[in-house]
Amino acid sequence: MRAFAELLDRLVLSPQRNAKIRLLVDYFRTAPDPDRGYALAAIAGTLSLNTVKPAMIRDLLLERMDAVLFQYSYDYVGDLAETVSLVWEPPAGSVHSDIPLGEAIERLQKTGRADVRSVVRDMLDHLDTSARFAFLKLVTGGLRIGVSAKLAKQALADMGGKDVAEIETLWHGLSPPYLPLFRWLSGEAEKPALSTPAVFHSVMLANPVGEGDLDALDPRDFAAEWKWDGIRVQLANIGGVRRLYSRSGDEISGAFPDVLEAADFTGVIDGELLVGGTARTNRATRTFADLQQRLNRKTVSSKLLEAYPAFIRAYDILFSGEADVRPQGFLERRAMLADLVENASPQHFDLSPLVPFSSWEELDRLRADPPDPVIEGIMLKRLDSPYTPGRVKGPWFKWKRAPFNIDAVLMYAQRGHGKRSSYYSDFTFGVWAAVDGTETLVPVGKAYFGFTDAELEILDRFVRDNTTERFGPVRAVRAEPDFGFVVEVAFEGINRSTRHKSGVAMRFPRIARLRQDKLPRDADRLETLQAMIEARENT
Amino acid sequence: MKPDALLYPAPKGLYCPIGDFYIDPVHPVERALITHGHSDHARAGHGQVLATRETLDIMRIRYGDGFCGTGQAVELGERLTLNGVEVGFHPAGHVLGSAQISVRTGGTRIVVSGDYKRRRDPTCAGFEPVACDVFITEATFGLPVFHHPDDRAETRKLLTSLAQFPERTHVVGAYALGKAQRVIALLREQGYHQPIFIHGALQRLCDYYQSQGIGLGELRPATLAADEKQDFRGTIVIGPPAAFADRWSRRFADPIAIFASGWMLIRQRAKQRGVELPIIISDHCDWPELTDTITEIAPAEVWVTHGREEALVRWCEIKGIAARPLHLVGYDDEGE
Repeated sequence: MRAFAELLDRLVLSPQRNAKIRLLVDYFRTAPDPDRGYALAAIAGTLSLNTVKPAMIRDLLLERMDAVLFQYSYDYVGDLAETVSLVWEPPAGSVHSDIPLGEAIERLQKTGRADVRSVVRDMLDHLDTSARFAFLKLVTGGLRIGVSAKLAKQALADMGGKDVAEIETLWHGLSPPYLPLFRWLSGEAEKPALSTPAVFHSVMLANPVGEGDLDALDPRDFAAEWKWDGIRVQLANIGGVRRLYSRSGDEISGAFPDVLEAADFTGVIDGELLVGGTARTNRATRTFADLQQRLNRKTVSSKLLEAYPAFIRAYDILFSGEADVRPQGFLERRAMLADLVENASPQHFDLSPLVPFSSWEELDRLRADPPDPVIEGIMLKRLDSPYTPGRVKGPWFKWKRAPFNIDAVLMYAQRGHGKRSSYYSDFTFGVWAAVDGTETLVPVGKAYFGFTDAELEILDRFVRDNTTERFGPVRAVRAEPDFGFVVEVAFEGINRSTRHKSGVAMRFPRIARLRQDKLPRDADRLETLQAMIEARENT
Repeated sequence: MKPDALLYPAPKGLYCPIGDFYIDPVHPVERALITHGHSDHARAGHGQVLATRETLDIMRIRYGDGFCGTGQAVELGERLTLNGVEVGFHPAGHVLGSAQISVRTGGTRIVVSGDYKRRRDPTCAGFEPVACDVFITEATFGLPVFHHPDDRAETRKLLTSLAQFPERTHVVGAYALGKAQRVIALLREQGYHQPIFIHGALQRLCDYYQSQGIGLGELRPATLAADEKQDFRGTIVIGPPAAFADRWSRRFADPIAIFASGWMLIRQRAKQRGVELPIIISDHCDWPELTDTITEIAPAEVWVTHGREEALVRWCEIKGIAARPLHLVGYDDEGE
């Protein structure tokens, strides 16, 4: 458990993606089976363990510690698992004998309700501080280490020198402690054969249209589709097993029983998950904010199913029946897809329409002014392209609608992490609003990218030279009508928000330009943002 | 004699009215006895200063030659009499030159621990328990959560990371007096013999430690001449904790932020400071060291100074030892 605990401690504090991957790879290479498999399960969220209530952990501790001293300690640390891991005193004479992670988990899985208390107590007595913390986080079910399943899969791919797509395909057919997977990755065995047919297949991704990318391309070689603002999903119904996956391969079937139940065809399709009505029922597609009501749930109430009906706007087909059709061209696949959708439930499936166009200029105009507010751009797909997992440059492009822009005023700055730890690189910006009759800057968002290194130097210098107040790591900067720093903020969308004081929330805000030519009094007003929301709602 | 008549907290610090001297006063006084060279305990501007030779040297390095009227060096273990009060200096194990100060008149003896720790430190003499009626202890880490791990295992973490991320600069924040030298000495003990790069603020104190026979190996300034191109990848650089947030740290290739402090035990502390690799090394006692020391010395009474007094006072209550907080002001937490 000690090696796993050390890994968790490092992962929590490492902000860089590459550093996290290297820590994971090194752990997977050196940790024995089945420990590494259980560690993987704990990180990727596939470990099933009867969890223990925090109250029980507290009780166990108070059996041997003064309540007042415990309270002082807990108040200081603020996290129960961490406090207990630090203050726990094993009885005199007990030795730290590192319990392997696999052994600890298997022991817990075998323990009945009545014995949990004594087993947990015994484990705490035998682990050292750091391992106690990892153990307590595991049994209370809240690892929270900032590592996604996707990142863990990338580390597995790096470990074995494989493509992450291969791991993603295998993933749902395997279970902890993943012995065949690690044997394959370390070159000791063949690739594991899949027992579950409805596995996830890595999705095909598009590259953004860059400057000059389209110049050499012939519009006649491409089909165009709208890019919808939902979430990209893969729906599989193979061998009687139905599954819905997000584009990163996380299973989200539990939250969408309506869609799964309607999927009475055999095959695997790719599409956009949306809420509202399909084109076939002639009802409107609803916004991403509405879709969010259905996301990240394990189960869903009938009230929610009725208020936020989900459907799939189909983009592509990977398996027709049991046949793998990915090697065929886009047009052939699309014909099969059209056929499948035609026979599927009209409330739950429609076909993403093609957008006719004859020149890039015409497409550019359509992109700038799409016919539906839930469209976020255009997809371009080569007519002869096979379905290739990953982000291959050439066959597919995404061409987003122009972002929204506003001029805002820097209000607060916070130091960054890692490479940027000596820079003020996270910025809160605001716009003007009349608050109780006074012109005031209200914060409307936060951005920490978009600028160049040279621009960051300028921003950082401004923050250091114009700090008015400090709150821990945050600095407030001068922001007055005639003195301050104006930035042009670009963002992809805007919604109403009850969580933010300003009442608005931006999607993907970033600093597009420094506007040293402007004074704060020239910055935008909150009404401008509110009007953007209304315009969106009224189309 | 009641102990309060021998020594009590006054606005300028702990005061002995019979001997007419202060211990670690926070404002200038006529006569000061100084436990060790950290700036919150050893301030400039006193008339007469009594301290170990090393502490006087350190004060001179930090404040210049005129740091006090007259300085008098006291040997560890030596006894002297001030207006009939017997005063003694005893090793505290905190940093080079650190001492506990005992004060006795008639049958009453009080020991002021200053800052102290109980574990081995290659850069200073170890703590010696002194029997007394009143033991005045610090409580910087006076909460049951604090269990400092083995310092060799902690420095090994740094060397492991250096092997794992050889392209990154390992920038270690450490207090300029004591902690920095201890970290360097521990690295040397573990067989790390590459040059270690240090911030300018550490130079004179490191030179002083070396002149006192404490081997720190090859140290080089972490500064660049205008024409030099060196990005320090794969090296260890040590600087004062505040230097991290400073533009100073920008010269380093993909720096990994490391902080050597007892506070690094608490994950949220490390996170808030943006520390990527916490090294839990402290020059203060952890909770078991504090409580074991009180048990070992078995004083009639315990007075608790700066830190988290309430928990240690509570522990004494449970054990049936008379204890009270002194509420001295002006002493910092380590590394903050």
